[in-house]
Amino acid sequence: MSLSRREFLKSSAAASAAAAVGMSVPAELQANADTAESSWRWDKAACRFCGTGCGIMMATKNGKIVAVKGDPAAPVNRGLNCIKGYFNAKIMYGADRLTKPLLRMDANGKFDKHGEFGEITWERAFDEMEKNIRKALKESGPEGVAVFASGQYTIMEGYAAQKMMKGGFRSNAIDPNARHCMASAVVGFYQTFGIDEPSGCYDDIELTDTVVSWGSNMAEMHPILWSRVTDRKLTDPDRVRVINMSTYRHRTSDLADIEIIFTPNTDLAMWNYIAHEIVYNHPESIDWDFLKTNIVFAASPVNLGYGLRRAGEKSLMPVRADGSAGNYTAKEMETINHEMVHKVSAAEAPALEPYGYKEGDDMVNKPAGLKHWEITFEEYKKFLAPYTLDYVAKVSKGDPDESIESFKKKLQTLADLYIEKGRKIVSFWTMGMNQHTRGTWVNTLSYNVHFMLNKQALPGSGAFSLTGQPSACGTAREVGTFCHRLPADMMVKNPHHRKRTENGWHIPEGTLNPVGKQHIMKIHRDIEDGLVKFAWVNVCNAYQDSASAKHWIKAARELDNFIVTSDGYPGISAMVSDMVLPSAMIYEKWGAYGNAERRSQHWRQQVIPVGHAMSDTWQWMELSKRFTVDDLWGPYTLVGGKKLSDVRKAAYEMGYKGDTTMYEILYANERAKKNYPITLDKFPQKGYDNSDCNGDSRNVLGGDGKVAKGCGFMVHEYLWEEYASFGRGHGHDLADFVTYHKVRGLKWPVVDGKETPWRFNVKYDPYAAAAVAKSGSKSTHAFYGPLAKSLQQGNLLGVTDTKKKPLPDKAKIFARPYMEPPEVPDKNYDTWLCTGRVLEHWHSGTMTMRVPELFRAVPEALCYMNPKTAEEKGLKQGDLCWVESRRGKVKAHVETRGRNRPPRGLVFVPWFDEKVFINKVCLDATCPQSKQTDYKKCAVKIYKA
Amino acid sequence: MSKKLSERRKFLLTMARGVGLASIGGLVWSAYLDEATAAPLLLRPPGALSESDFLSTCIKCGLCVEACPYDTLMLAKPGDNKPVGTPFFVPRDIPCYMCPDIPCVPVCPTGALDESSVTTENVLDIGAAKMGLAVVDEGSCIAFWGIQCDACYRACPLLGHAITIEYSKNERTGKHAFMKPVVHADVCTGCGMCEHACVTKKPAIFVLPNEVAQGAVDTNYIKGWDKKDESRLKDAKEIKTTTRLSKKSAINSLNSGLKDLY
Amino acid sequence: MKKLYNSYRYLILRRMTQIGILVLYFGANAWGWKMLQGDLSSSLILGKIPMSDPYAALQMLAAGALLSTNLLIGVGVVALFYFLIGGRAFCSWVCPINMVTDFASFCRELIGMNKLTGVKQPASRKLRYWVLGLSLVISAVMGVTAFEFVSPISMLHRGIVFGIGFGWAGALIIFLFDLFVLKNGWCGHICPLGGFYSLLGKFSLIRVHHNEENCTLCMKCKVVCPENQVLHMIGKESLPILSGECTNCARCIEVCDDDALEFSIRSIAQNKKTGE
Repeated sequence: MSLSRREFLKSSAAASAAAAVGMSVPAELQANADTAESSWRWDKAACRFCGTGCGIMMATKNGKIVAVKGDPAAPVNRGLNCIKGYFNAKIMYGADRLTKPLLRMDANGKFDKHGEFGEITWERAFDEMEKNIRKALKESGPEGVAVFASGQYTIMEGYAAQKMMKGGFRSNAIDPNARHCMASAVVGFYQTFGIDEPSGCYDDIELTDTVVSWGSNMAEMHPILWSRVTDRKLTDPDRVRVINMSTYRHRTSDLADIEIIFTPNTDLAMWNYIAHEIVYNHPESIDWDFLKTNIVFAASPVNLGYGLRRAGEKSLMPVRADGSAGNYTAKEMETINHEMVHKVSAAEAPALEPYGYKEGDDMVNKPAGLKHWEITFEEYKKFLAPYTLDYVAKVSKGDPDESIESFKKKLQTLADLYIEKGRKIVSFWTMGMNQHTRGTWVNTLSYNVHFMLNKQALPGSGAFSLTGQPSACGTAREVGTFCHRLPADMMVKNPHHRKRTENGWHIPEGTLNPVGKQHIMKIHRDIEDGLVKFAWVNVCNAYQDSASAKHWIKAARELDNFIVTSDGYPGISAMVSDMVLPSAMIYEKWGAYGNAERRSQHWRQQVIPVGHAMSDTWQWMELSKRFTVDDLWGPYTLVGGKKLSDVRKAAYEMGYKGDTTMYEILYANERAKKNYPITLDKFPQKGYDNSDCNGDSRNVLGGDGKVAKGCGFMVHEYLWEEYASFGRGHGHDLADFVTYHKVRGLKWPVVDGKETPWRFNVKYDPYAAAAVAKSGSKSTHAFYGPLAKSLQQGNLLGVTDTKKKPLPDKAKIFARPYMEPPEVPDKNYDTWLCTGRVLEHWHSGTMTMRVPELFRAVPEALCYMNPKTAEEKGLKQGDLCWVESRRGKVKAHVETRGRNRPPRGLVFVPWFDEKVFINKVCLDATCPQSKQTDYKKCAVKIYKA
Repeated sequence: MSKKLSERRKFLLTMARGVGLASIGGLVWSAYLDEATAAPLLLRPPGALSESDFLSTCIKCGLCVEACPYDTLMLAKPGDNKPVGTPFFVPRDIPCYMCPDIPCVPVCPTGALDESSVTTENVLDIGAAKMGLAVVDEGSCIAFWGIQCDACYRACPLLGHAITIEYSKNERTGKHAFMKPVVHADVCTGCGMCEHACVTKKPAIFVLPNEVAQGAVDTNYIKGWDKKDESRLKDAKEIKTTTRLSKKSAINSLNSGLKDLY
Repeated sequence: MKKLYNSYRYLILRRMTQIGILVLYFGANAWGWKMLQGDLSSSLILGKIPMSDPYAALQMLAAGALLSTNLLIGVGVVALFYFLIGGRAFCSWVCPINMVTDFASFCRELIGMNKLTGVKQPASRKLRYWVLGLSLVISAVMGVTAFEFVSPISMLHRGIVFGIGFGWAGALIIFLFDLFVLKNGWCGHICPLGGFYSLLGKFSLIRVHHNEENCTLCMKCKVVCPENQVLHMIGKESLPILSGECTNCARCIEVCDDDALEFSIRSIAQNKKTGE
C-alpha cells in the first residue's frame, strides 16, 4: 500500500488532531497513519500494570516490541504514563524468561516431587497435569482441583479458565489474586448497590471540589490519576481541597491540605464520626427526599470473627497442652484464638455498647456470611451515638507525637468539608479500606456519608473504589473468576444464575457446582489440610502474595499434591511448584482488560511469544482436550455432604457423547466455529499474529506432540461475545468485539453504542432512567442492582420480623461499628506492620524487578520507620533489622527518611522483593465477609539483625 | 683522550649534571602531576577539603574506603584518569547513602576529610555535607515530558528539602499535571541517590562538584529580602575595578584620547 | 633439606611477612578485618594504633598541608620504629615491590644479564637522594604530594588491597628496568622512599655483623646483596654493617656457609669504629 504525500499529510493531520482532542480515530485512518510512519508498526494496547488503565501504543519491529508511547487518544492518560508504563516495552524480554515447560524429575526423567527441574515437552506437561487432575478428582472430588487465578488475566483468559473449572471440572475452587485486592469493595458494592463496581468515573476528578484519599497512596499507586487530581488542585487552589487519610505519611500528603494519620482500623470510627456529625450536629444537611426514595438502613451481626482458621479445621488438630494446635505454634494460636472468642477491648467497647457488649466481655464469634437486615433510622441513630469527636479522636489519633487538639481540629474540618452544602466531594480508596478485617464494613460506611448528603453517583461526587490490578474489574469481577461468582454478577449459589450460565455454555443443567467457598486463602488452607491435591497458578504469584506464606509453601512442598505454575518468569510460585509452564505475556496474545472506571480496552497480539511460551487460553484449551463428558460429569459428593448429580445422561441428550471432549463443548463448539471464523483479510485480524487460533512460525509442538496450528477459529472473539451475552440487558452491557478495536475503551454499560459515565443516575444511566420510568418515581437515582434486594426487619441486635420486604431500586446505609483487628501490638510484638507497594514495582516484582532501570531505582524492599522508633530499638538509618511476627521473620534495611514516614509504633515494608519476603510475617486474617486478607496490619517486633 | 679534569672541575661538572638531570626530571614529573591531579568532575567523600587542599592532604590510605558500609567509595586506580590513590565515588554505580554516623570521615588520619565541616552543634551531621550538587537536564528528564516519574525525588534522603516537586498544569493534555523535580542547592549534599535512581538510560539528574555546578555572586550586592544573605559581607573586600576602558590612568587617557574625537 | 632451609630461612620469613601484611590489609578492605586497616600510606592496627608513612607526611608538609595530630602520631610510631629498631627493614620486609625487584634480580642472574652489562653500573646509588630532594621541591611547587602520585609502591600495594587498574604496569616497568637496564635499579638507585629510610634508619639497633675470622672469602654474600656496597668489610674486618642502605634482608646471612655473618644489636662502641 502506498500513500501519496497528500494522503499522508491528511491522515497524520487527522490522527494528531484527533489525538489532541482526545477522540478516537477510525481504524482505517489510523492504520494509514501507522504505515506512513516507518518500518515499525504502532498499535494500541493497554498498560500492563495498575487499575488506572492507561492507553498505550506499542511499536513492533522485526517481530519484537521495541518501544511504547502513551496513547494521546486515550482519555485516561492522554499520552502520558507513569514510570512503570514507561517501561512496558521492556517487561517481556528479561534474560530469564521461561521458555520451556519444566518438571521436577529424578535421574530417570520420572516426576519426583523432590527432584530438580528439567525441560519437558508440552505433551508431557499436559500428560502430568491430566494424570494429577484425575488423581485429585478421584481422591477429593471437584474441590480437590484448584486454580489461583488473577486480576491480570486477560478477560478472555479468565473466562476460558472459568468455563473449564466450573463447567468442565465442576470445581468452584478458582479464585483470583483480586480477592486480596478488591473483594471488600465488591461485597461493599453488592451489599450497598446490589451490583458490583463504582458508580462514578475518572471525570469526577475534574468536576469535584474535594478529594479525600482514604487508605490510598494515589501518588504512588495511581500516578496518572494523581496527576489529574494535582491538575484539579492547580486549576482552583482556593476552592479545591485534598485530604490524605492514612496510617503513615506517604507521598500523597505532598499535595494534601490536610493529612490525617490514624491508628490502623480506626477508619471505621472516623466514617461513623462523620455520619455522627451529620445526624447529630447537622441534621439539616441530610437530604431526606433522597433518603426516603432511595435508601434503607440496615444492620448485620458484629461477632463475625476475622477470617482466620477456625477450631476443628484439620490443620488445627490436635490441640496441645502448650497452646499449639496442629501445624500452628502456640504463638500463632494466640492470634488465631480470636477467631473463636475475642475479648472486647477498652477502645472498641464504647462502639460495641449499642450491641450489648462492654469492655472485657467475651465475644463468641460465629460465621454469619453476608447476612443483614433492615433497621429504622432511629436504630441507626442509636448506633451512631458513641462516635463523638472525643471518643473517635481518642481511638483514631495515629501519631503519638501529634496533639489531640490538632487531631480533633482536622477531624472536624474533614466532617465540615463533607457536610458543606454545595461542595462536591470524592472519596477515593484502595487497599487501606479493602485489605481490612472489616473491609466490607468500612466500604459500606463510606457510602453512608455520601448517601445522607446526597453526594453519591453525581458528577464530581461519590465514594469511588480505585482498583489495584489492571483487570481486577474486567476479568476477576466482571467475568466472575471468583469461587462464588459467575459472569456478569451472577452467583454460583443462585439456581437461576447457574441455569442461565449452563444454558449459555450449552452444558447440562445441574453441571455447575452450587457451593463456592474456596476463596484464595481457603485454597491455600485446603492444600494444607490435604483436600486440594492439584493447584494451578495462573498469571499471579500465589506463593509470594499470600500472608502466613510459610504454611502454604510448606504444604505445597511437603504434602502429596501437584502444584503447577504458568508464568513468564521464575518467581517464588514457580520455585515452589512441581511443574512450571512458560506463558505468553501480555502483548504476545490478544486480550482485553477492564479498569477501575468500568472501561474495557482491547488489544491485538503484537508479537509472537518467546521460546515455547503459549498463552493461558491455549493452555486451558489444550488441557480441556484431555477430559471428556464421561471423565468429568459423573456424580460427586462434596465435602459438606452436598451431592453433584450425574449429568452424563443429560449431556448425551444434548447430543454430546461419552467421549466428547470439554474442548469440543466449551471452546471449539459449532457456535464458535461457525460465528467467529478466521478472517485474516479483515480488520481487526488483518496483519496481526494470532498464535492461539492460527499457530505461528515457531511451530511449537502442542499438547498432542504435533505442531500447534491453533484452534482454527477466532476464539478470542468467541469468548468475548459469549461472555458479553450474559451481561447485555442486565446492566453490564458490553459492545461487540470489533468495536473495541476501534476505540480507546468504553465504560460499561454500553447501551445503544453509548458508554455510561455515572451509574444509577437517571440523567446518565439508561438503566436508572428505565427503572425510574418503570416505577414512576420522581427520583434522580435508581440503585437497580438486583442482589440482596429484599430484607427481613429488625434492630441492631438482630432480626425481629422474618418476613422479607423488597427494596426495589434502593441502596443501603449500614450500621457497622468500629472494632479492632485480631492482632494488635502488645508488649512482645509492639509495632504495627503495614505492607504495600512502591511506584517503581508492580506487585511481586516478577516483571519490574527485571527492568534494569526500575531495579536500579528501587533494588530492595526497605523497612520504613520513624527515626524515634529506630532510636528506641537501637537502630540507625541503613542498619539491618529483623521484622518478626508470631509467624515468621525477615531481614530488611532500616529507612528512617525515605518516601514513607510512619509515626512511632508503625513500620512499612513493601512486598515486591522476594528477598525481603514480608508475607512470611503477615497475618492471613481476612474480612469474614469478603475473605480479603488484611495486609495492612499485624503486630511485629523490630530488632537489630 | 683528553687531559685529566681537575677534581674541583670534576665536582662542579658532576653537580651541574645532577642539577640539569634533576631539572629535566623535575619538569617532566611536575607536568605529569599537573595532568594527573586535574579531575574537575570528581566527587569526593563527605567532608572533603577543597580539591587543591584535598590533593595535598589526602594520604591515600583508603581508610575511608574501608569504613564505607556500602562500598560507595573507591580509591582511584592508575587508568581511571583520576588523581591516583585518592577516594571518590560514582553515584550512578553506588551513591553515598548518607549514614548518620558518617563512618568514612572520623577515620581519616590527615583531616583531608574534615570532621568539623560535617558537624553541627558538636554532632556529626551528614546533612551538612557538600559532596556535590544534583543538576537536572530538563531535556531528558521524563518528568518534564509529563511522565509521572519522580524516582529521584522519592530516592532523595532529604526528600522534600533537597528535592521538591514543582506542580504545573499540563496544557497539552488539559487534565494532568507536571510534577517536576527541583533541586535546592543549599540543602543538596550531592549524595547521588537521585542519580542512581534515575530511570533514564543516562541519568537526567546527576551530581557535579559544587565548583562546577554552581555559579557565584559577588559581594557587591546583598539580597534585601534575605537577612541571611548578609553573611556574605564577611568576605567583602575593597572594590577596585578595571575594564579595558579604565586600564590607563585618568591623566594618560585624557592626554591620549583627543586625536580620534574629530 | 636442612641446608635448603638454612639458606632460605630469612627469605621465607620475609616473604611470609610481606605477603602476610598484604593479606591483612586485603582482608580489612574485603572482609572488614580489623587487624590492619588502610594501606602502607597510613593504617590502623587493631583499629587503634595509627601508623603513617613519614615520607608521605614530609611531602604533605612540603605541599603546604596542615598535618593533623592523628597523622603526626602515626608518623611518630613508624619513624620511631625504623629509627630505633628496624633500620631500612621496610624495603625488604614490608614493601611489595621488593618481591618484584628480587624476582628481577633472580631472573637477571638466570639469563646472565649481569655478564652482558658487567660489574660496572652506569648510574650512581646517590640518585635516590636527588629524587628524594626533588620530590620535596616539586611537592612544594605543585602543592601536591609529588611522589605519592607516581609511586609504583603504593600503586602496587593499593592495587592489591583496593583494586589494581593499570597499577600492575608500574611494577612491570620496574621489573623490566631492573632486568634489562640497571641491576637493582629501582630499589638500589632510584626509589626515594628507600633513600628516605636509608637516612632514617642509619642509627637503628638491628645490624648485620660480619665476623672476619670465619670468612672464607667465597663472596656469595656480595653476589646476593642488592646493596653490596654496604659489604665493603667482607673478609677484611669484623664489623657491623652500619650503612643505612642495608635493608636487613639477611640474604647474606643465610647464604654464608661459614657463619661469618649474623644479626646483632649495634653497640655504641662499635659505632665509633664506623667507616663505610
